[in-house]
Amino acid sequence: MSENTEKQERFHRREVQRAMVKNARKAKIIDKIVSIFAIACVILAVIPLTSILIEVIKNGIAAFNWDFITGRPSAIGRAGGGIGPAIQGTLIVVGLATMIGAPIGILTGIYLSEFAGNGPFPNGVRFFNEVMTGLPSVVMGIVGYILIVLTLGSFSVWAGAFSLSLIMIPIVSRVTEETIKIIPNSIREAGHALGIPKWKITLFITFKSAISGILTGVVLSIARIAGETAPLIMTILGTSLFFTGFNSPVDALPLRIWRLSSQPYESAQTQAWGAALFLIMLVLVLSVALRLLAQRRGFAVKAEI
Amino acid sequence: MPAKETIKPVSEATGPMGESSPLKEISVRTVETTKRIDEPQRRSKVSIKGINAWFGSKQALKNINLEIEENAATAFMGPSGCGKTTLIRCLNRMHEMTPGAKANGQVILDGIDIYDKSIDPVVIKRRIGMVFQKPNPFPTMSIFDNVAAGLKLNGVKDKKLIKEIVEESLEGAGLWEEVKNELDKPGMGLSGGQQQRLCIARALAMQPEVLLMDEPTSALDPIASFKIEELVHQLKKHLTIIIVTHNMQQAARVADHAAFMYLGEMIEYGKTLQIFQYPKQELTEKFVSGKFG
Repeated sequence: MSENTEKQERFHRREVQRAMVKNARKAKIIDKIVSIFAIACVILAVIPLTSILIEVIKNGIAAFNWDFITGRPSAIGRAGGGIGPAIQGTLIVVGLATMIGAPIGILTGIYLSEFAGNGPFPNGVRFFNEVMTGLPSVVMGIVGYILIVLTLGSFSVWAGAFSLSLIMIPIVSRVTEETIKIIPNSIREAGHALGIPKWKITLFITFKSAISGILTGVVLSIARIAGETAPLIMTILGTSLFFTGFNSPVDALPLRIWRLSSQPYESAQTQAWGAALFLIMLVLVLSVALRLLAQRRGFAVKAEI
Repeated sequence: MPAKETIKPVSEATGPMGESSPLKEISVRTVETTKRIDEPQRRSKVSIKGINAWFGSKQALKNINLEIEENAATAFMGPSGCGKTTLIRCLNRMHEMTPGAKANGQVILDGIDIYDKSIDPVVIKRRIGMVFQKPNPFPTMSIFDNVAAGLKLNGVKDKKLIKEIVEESLEGAGLWEEVKNELDKPGMGLSGGQQQRLCIARALAMQPEVLLMDEPTSALDPIASFKIEELVHQLKKHLTIIIVTHNMQQAARVADHAAFMYLGEMIEYGKTLQIFQYPKQELTEKFVSGKFG
């Protein structure tokens, strides 16, 4: 009897092994096919990206000179002039929007991950966050127009910054929540075991451990709002003047690109390409700078999970 | 041999009383020895009275009663899932921080019930240090800051004092010699065993009266484990240590008292020697002889 089962067992083993060898061969082929497919997809994704970059650089570089960066736009149809007010305006509006949106977004994310739990209120906040991330940005422009432009009586920097911060808040809060959630619970427990109050643990231990990820999220959202056009048409309007005050209209790069590119003159078209190139470089420099800052200050030490 | 073992702690206890005549010492010893056979405690630091604990609706601890001796090491042992970790987490009110977990009963630390409504669970954790199963230094902090974190974040501002305490704590944890020249390097850069000793130093910096150790060596190699065990021997001179372990040899090596738990119940509690050599309960006997667990 026992000899019989032993025989049977040996037979099964041989069968299983044979099947596995067969499967291994098949797996190898599938493996190859999938990786070729993946590489092909990567190339497909990179082609438009690089072609856009090349096109922008090729067409835009010709517009670059000192006057282009610092000067005011010239009258329609006339060559020369620059995008100075647009650069200044973008820096001011995006900077202000970040100052409003990043803290609110980060604090919301901290609340959601560390204090809220899973009740109906935090889940509602999460749901609306998601809805807001998917909302067309022009809607934020309308909100800014109704709430601020109509109330104050004029297009203004405030209205633009407000609308852009509405786009920023849900992105930042989601990234913050996700990043802080990754910090292992044992780190929080270590803080609790030392009798440190919860808000201090959150601020000086958990948040600090997550800060490099949160900064990445902030940079991403800055890049996103720096390129927004629709909400700005309804809030800051655009002008050919330099900044005159927070309560008056101001120019911005995406607006200027749109205006220049809709003109039928070749000089304006070239300037539109140049402005686009400048916007891309601005975002690039900003993200690299923020990342370097995060690394230098030792924030980027990864949490071991 | 066992007789000698039982006498040894007594002479330690009478030691600080000064030089006494040999005759007196002997008489003290005999009196103490006879007294200590049934009642092993010197002074109870922590008394656990009727602790029950739940995870959701599942009861993890069932009416635990225990007296923990001051300046000694007590081990909680038992198979996985027996509630030993839950019990140790009840002793500094860490258990109830897990969502859905609750506990009731009394844990009396020097006459104060830490489960009393007037007690702030945050404050009680400053008196009872804890070391966890996996080394968990703060990832963004240097070695120095890891040890200083508890002080700094609890409002100690005196830099000189912090520096002194950090050095003292690292020395206490047997890590000073290894790290004294790299205090500003990240704590995460140390080896596992060093990280665990860093965590012990971090707990010591708070000047705790009781140190809870939740399987502190289970993630470490034998040499690093040995160092931690040595440390327990050193620390228990001034500190009440409670150590959770599923390693019976470790319990036998470090603990003065041992408690055997099974399925959320305290099966047997006594001097380590008695638990291992003359267990009163059949379950304990089976566990210590390796028949299950």
